[in-house]
Order: sequence, then C-alpha cells, then structure tokens
Amino acid sequence: MFSRAYRAVITLPPLLWVAAFLLIPYALLFCYSFWSVSPDQVIVHSWSLDNYRELFRVDVYLQTLFRSMWIAARVTIFALLLGYPLAYFLSFHAGKRKDLLYQLVIIPLWVSYLVRAYAWKTILGSDGVLNTLLQYVHLTKHPLEFLLYSPFAVVLTLTHIYTPFTFLPIYASLEHIPRNLVEASHDLGASPFQTFWRVIFPLSIPGVLAGATFAFVLSLGDFLAPLLLGGPSGIMISNIVVSLFGAAYNWPLGAAISLCMLVLVIALLFLSENLEKKWSFR
Amino acid sequence: MATSTESAITNAARPGTEPLLTIRNVAKSFGRNAVLRDISLQVAEGEFLTILGESGSGKTTLLRIIAGFESADSGEIWMGGERLDPLPPYRRRVNTVFQHYALFPHLTVEENVGYGLRVAKRPKEEIASRVEQALAMVKMTDYARSKPARISGGQQQRIALARALVNRPRLLLLDEPLSALDANLRRQMQVELKSLQREVGISFVFVTHDQEEAMVMSDRIALLRTGELEQVASPREIYSRPATAYTAQFIGHTNLLHAEVKDGVARCHSLSWRTGFRDGSALFSLRPENIRLASATAAHDVVRFRAKVRHQAFHGATELLQIECADGLALSIRTASRENRQGELELEFSAADAVPVRESPERN
Repeated sequence: MFSRAYRAVITLPPLLWVAAFLLIPYALLFCYSFWSVSPDQVIVHSWSLDNYRELFRVDVYLQTLFRSMWIAARVTIFALLLGYPLAYFLSFHAGKRKDLLYQLVIIPLWVSYLVRAYAWKTILGSDGVLNTLLQYVHLTKHPLEFLLYSPFAVVLTLTHIYTPFTFLPIYASLEHIPRNLVEASHDLGASPFQTFWRVIFPLSIPGVLAGATFAFVLSLGDFLAPLLLGGPSGIMISNIVVSLFGAAYNWPLGAAISLCMLVLVIALLFLSENLEKKWSFR
Repeated sequence: MATSTESAITNAARPGTEPLLTIRNVAKSFGRNAVLRDISLQVAEGEFLTILGESGSGKTTLLRIIAGFESADSGEIWMGGERLDPLPPYRRRVNTVFQHYALFPHLTVEENVGYGLRVAKRPKEEIASRVEQALAMVKMTDYARSKPARISGGQQQRIALARALVNRPRLLLLDEPLSALDANLRRQMQVELKSLQREVGISFVFVTHDQEEAMVMSDRIALLRTGELEQVASPREIYSRPATAYTAQFIGHTNLLHAEVKDGVARCHSLSWRTGFRDGSALFSLRPENIRLASATAAHDVVRFRAKVRHQAFHGATELLQIECADGLALSIRTASRENRQGELELEFSAADAVPVRESPERN
C-alpha cells in the first residue's frame, strides 16, 4: 500500500525516540548493575553478580521491598473499596448526573501530585488541621503523632492519588455490560443483589484486575509520598534507589535494585493481563 | 375509532373464559411523545397472541410494560387475579425471550438455562434434571458445556427459549426473537416455536413487525398503530375482514376503493356492486387475489369489468398484475402465473369480497 520510503519516514522518529530514551537507558542500567564502585568513588567496569548478592544479603533492602509491597497492597485494597462502589453507582444509578459526577472524579487528576501530597501534610501534621480539630473538640489531649511521617500517611495519600486510576477501568468495564443482561437476570427472578453478584460483578472482573494493577504498580514505585509524608518508618524501595543514585553514589547497586523492580512489575503486568483475558468473554 | 369499552369487549380473549392476562387502559409517554394510548387487551390461557406493528408503533414498549422493565403512566395489568403492574420484574411469573437473546456470556449454556432455578434456590438434583429436559426440548443437549459465544445465532435463540421456559412461567414474552435469523432458519423456527407452544401449553405474547410471521404463528393478532390498537382478531379474520384501511394495507396487499353508496349500491368509477353499507361515501378493501378472470357463466352478485394490463410481476406460483380500466381506475390483481399476459382482460369479483373498512386517520 504505502511505499517503503514513506513507511520508513513515519516509523523512524518514534523508533529513535524509544531507542534514545528507553532502550539505551535500560541497556546502560543493565550494564551498571554488574559493575561496581571503587573506594575512591570511581565506577569500575568489571563484571560480577556482587550487587545482586548484596541485595539479598543486607536485610534493609528486602525489608523495604516487602514494606513497599505491603503499602502498595493496602493502597490497592482501599482504592478498590472506594473506586468500585463509586464506579458502580455512576454507571448504574447516577442517571442524568452521570457526566457531571464523572468529571468530578476525573478533575483531581489535573491537580499536581505535589499539591495533593502537600495538602495531606497540612491536614495530618502535629499542628495540622486534623489534630487541631481533634484537640479543639477534646477528643485528644495531645496531637496524634502517627498521623504524619508514618506508613499510615503514605497509604492514605497514595490511596487518594491512585483511586481515580482504579475507578476508570472499573467504570469502563461496567459501562460495557449490556443492560439487557441485567434485565434478563431480573426477568429470570434474580433480585438486584443476586443480579449484582451473579452477573454484574463477574463481568466487571477485567476492570477490577486492570484497576488493581494500576494502583499496585503505581504505588509500589512511588517515591514522593514516602519522601514527603513517610518519615523513617514509611520509606519505600524507590527512596533507597534515589539515595543510591544520589548521596550514596552507588549507581551499580541502585541499578540492580531497579532491574529487580522492573522484573517484578513486568511479571505482575503479564499475570494481570492473562487473568483479564481469562475473564473476558467477547 | 372504537371507544375503550367497545375495544375492551372486542379484545376479550375468549368469550366466557377467564383470561390469563388482562391489560386495562394502559398508557405510556416518553416525555411529550405518547407511545401507548389507552390499550386494553386480554390473553387467554394457552393462547399465542402476536402484537404486530411497524417500528415506533409501541409494541416493544407494551411488552416491556408487561415484563416490568417499564412502568405504565396509567392503567392496570392483571394476571390470574393478581395485579402485576406494581411488582418488580423479578416477582412476576413472566419470562422473556429478548431480541438479542441476552445470554450471560460468562456462563455455559447449561448454567444459563439453570439461572432462574438457581436464583430461586431449587435443589441441585431438580435443577440438573429440569435443565436437561429443557435442553432436550430445544435439541441442544450436546452444547450444554459451551459458552454462548461459541454457538450460532439460531442455537443461542433456542437456549434463550429454554432458559425462559425452564422456569415454567404462566406467560412467555418474545421480543422479535427471530429478527436476527436468516430467512430459511427463520421459517423453520416459526414452525418449531408454534409447535413448542402447543406442546408446553403456555401463553405466548409475541412481538414482531413481520405480518407474515404473525399470520403463520398466531391464534390472534393485535395490530398496533402509533400507540393504539387498530384491530385484534384471528389471522383469518383480520385478513378477510380488515376493520380499517390501515389493517387492510398492512396485512397483505389490497386495493382500496373510494366509493359512493346510494340505496344499497356502491359506485366507484365505472364499477358498482351491492352492499349492506349505509348511504354516503365509503371505503372498500378488495384483495388482489379476489379479482379473477371472468368465467363463462355469470354468477349472482358478481361484478364484471374490462381492463388493460400495465405491468406484470412474476412471483413464482402467482403473479401480480397492475391493471387499468378504461376510466383510469388502477387495480392490482393476483392470479396463477401465465406467460405474456397482455392486452385487455375480462375480469370479475364477488360483491361480498369488497369489504367496507374505516378510514385510518393520521396520528402525529
């Protein structure tokens, strides 16, 4: 159909872009993960698996990784608990207000991540909005310390930030359910409750899986929320990578951790895509 | 137009028997658009009633009101002594076969069929045996474990039917269930559906826009036009005794003759025939097949005339001729096929076959 030259012209720019900003950096990262740093802070280009051994030898790396996964898991659960009912209500019961409510759910996505994270800082701090209020109504005598600089703050903020990402695929999958299936279910004697569990929920599972994957993967790799609100107990794996590439000047170890994360995330995406396929019927 | 009391009598299911379903003065509007106006209709136990109408006539809305997916603005629906219209669809002993089948894509064929029994929490053994029976009834036993996406349209249609009938409803509603099938399969399914209905003895309310389909299957046809019932009668009755010009034209072909009646004789152009109709202008329906080539012996009350053939359309066993009389009156006639019918023909029809019909007034 199209000439060779034409095809080359339109495919080359994106190809170059991907090569320059994705493939080459990943290749470099891959190489770095086998190199090391000499005591006088020079990168030594000798190949070894030492960085990967270090990863499994030093407790703090694995502990932080598990903590990150646990934080991401909680964020995923809360995002699903908030996002699913919201999506269900909008898709099935919002009527004429559907479009308006949809926009209201989407608007926070246009607000800068940093602004939203800082907002939580103002709310949760020792002399923040929440503690002031609690003391004012005499529910507490002293400011609650666990509110800020804790895993709790990180989970809360990430849930706030990533719930729309969970909501969207669930909403899309609910919107795709033919309404005559719901009618057929009622027609066959199923109550609204039975109809939800036997028809609507099973058919929305691909959306739930996609939404859960978004929430989990995005919060697993997050480093701003723990940096701003996590404190020492709320540090996540990305914060360690950041410090290894920065102050600690150990690029090779940072690269090794990054690659492990990358493999983990790709495995998760692969798994969720397969499950989604299994649960889609069209 | 008939008044509502009059139509309530004429639309009665069977004189003397208690009807299964009674629709009383049902009306429905969507916004300013009146979709149904004052519909009264009864369905007898074991009857096959077809609601026939063009798209936009309100036939699907009426069906959805019976099923409970829409609520009527006014009027009542009763089934066997129980008022139906305040109940949600899942509390009505009515099942529906949907136009696009609406099979659950995540369930197998047998799970689809067993759905109604499972939500009713019937014992497992009973579900298994009734599902098996239902699948056998529609000859789909071999596909029990297939997913709906893996079977053909005609097969999906059978499953939709089995899924509804397995619940032993008192009334089965069918919303143009054959419209997605190709012509041959469609004719075959019409016959199967009719014999299945006789076998199970459940009342069927069948919605379609296809008058041939309605004629083949129904005990009675309720013809709906822009939200009002035009005529409710058996296929033979509605064909041979159409009440209105619209009915005569919608069901089969017809010639509409605008005549003047005076002293028991109707005149239209050069044609005249005896009629019992009152004096004044009147409209008569004369079916094309009731006009025939004149026979040698002139019978009583037969109208004879001559006309030229203008156009000949071959339909296989029969052909449709467009003819024109000397005074310009154009008619269609249907006769047995014969090659090269040309020139002038000597024709006749019986006065009794010119059926007086009411004008159908324009509505919105």
